[in-house]
Amino acid sequence: MNLQVMMQQLAGGMLTTVQIFVLTLLFSLPLGLCISFGRMSGNIVLRGFAKLYISIMRGTPLMLQLLVVYFGPYYIFGIGITSAYRAYAVVIAFAINYAAYFAEIYRGGIESMPKGQYEAAKVLGYTKTQTFFKIIFPQVIKRILPSVTNEVITLVKDTSLAFSIAYAEMFTTAKAIAASQKSMVPFIAAAIFYYVFNFIVAALMEFWEKKMSYYS
Amino acid sequence: MKLLEMNHVKKSFDGNVVLKNISLSVEEGEVVSIIGPSGSGKSTLLRCATLLETMDDGDLYYLNEAAAVSEGGRSVYASGSKLKTIERQFGLVFQNFNLFPHYSVLKNITDAPIHVQKREKKEVIEEARVLLEKMGLSDRADYYPCQLSGGQQQRVSIARALAMNPKILFFDEPTSALDPELTGEILKVITDLAKEKMTMVIVTHEMNFAKEVSDRMIFMDKGVIVEETTPEELFASTNQRTREFLGKYHILNG
Repeated sequence: MNLQVMMQQLAGGMLTTVQIFVLTLLFSLPLGLCISFGRMSGNIVLRGFAKLYISIMRGTPLMLQLLVVYFGPYYIFGIGITSAYRAYAVVIAFAINYAAYFAEIYRGGIESMPKGQYEAAKVLGYTKTQTFFKIIFPQVIKRILPSVTNEVITLVKDTSLAFSIAYAEMFTTAKAIAASQKSMVPFIAAAIFYYVFNFIVAALMEFWEKKMSYYS
Repeated sequence: MKLLEMNHVKKSFDGNVVLKNISLSVEEGEVVSIIGPSGSGKSTLLRCATLLETMDDGDLYYLNEAAAVSEGGRSVYASGSKLKTIERQFGLVFQNFNLFPHYSVLKNITDAPIHVQKREKKEVIEEARVLLEKMGLSDRADYYPCQLSGGQQQRVSIARALAMNPKILFFDEPTSALDPELTGEILKVITDLAKEKMTMVIVTHEMNFAKEVSDRMIFMDKGVIVEETTPEELFASTNQRTREFLGKYHILNG
């Protein structure tokens, strides 16, 4: 196998990695917000449930969660695992895991908002929904952006855990090629890929942070 | 016409009684200031009037519309939608301004009229520009609150409240977060509003100002109204507690 073929195969894996990354964020960010609402809810059942959820998601390894999501349907319910489910399992496991972390980040941001912002909005007649989405949430985003960047960068690297259920993303592919070709090149290529990916993510987040620094 | 009427208001926080049977009414065009030592309950009274706190007992009416009535020893509030309509009657200026930091000055003023009152955007913006000019801030429309001095921020927050066309405007220690120089700008704005016959209720520690601007002054202490009268009479009061409080003020001011 020459270098070009190797790179072509790795490129396919990279695309899959980017897909996992984008889909995970797409689902975990809104889900995290919902869980943070549950966590801050006045309803004791809802709050307890959210707390338990976060505790389990943060307290057990992501790889284990991935295996449970992937094999669970078969072991628990006897439902046959299709090859298509592999991709779903990766995104489901990542999304529900990251949602727990995001939920706590949202909560920190929301609870740090001064009471006066809510009061000013109330006196001006904003509804609760308007108050949250127009007044509170935009300011929360600014506050939590550095912590979110941290999580997002970790996610880029965590995508390699999909390897544990043999899902053919970047890392799985690199490992397979390295073994068959007895070569370090795929690992080096993978390292460079993750680094560049994260470099871009960090740069984008920094740009966004700068863009929001027009107020303090 | 009576714009605001509060009867027998009681409020406590964790067993600590802050308001003991307070009644207050405000006529259209009247300027009422509330003075008193810290912890006398004056801010709490204002927060009850503006629905930021719920009263334990007592009635609250705006233009004879009941926001809350006392029933069996406790306040029963009107429905949420009714309260929303009642909220339109008043505005509140906070001690700490509470401007929205992510909105420009203009958006701070226009956003609620456009998205809450659903008024014509163009008309609202024109009105906002007039208000900004009145506040001496015409050149600050596109600034953000963090780029303004405290006095300017407070003027923006007054403009924001006025843009909603309230019938009555409350001020909760509007100058307490400002240095003496900036305090002057705000007091001038409020004095101008008084000349325009804006109905206002002002909680303040600025005695001279209160004396100048008010039609009626209320002295509160320990959750009760000690005296309620014209500024002249209050400053000539023979009530011992009033004299004690104003005496400290007289000493401070030579």
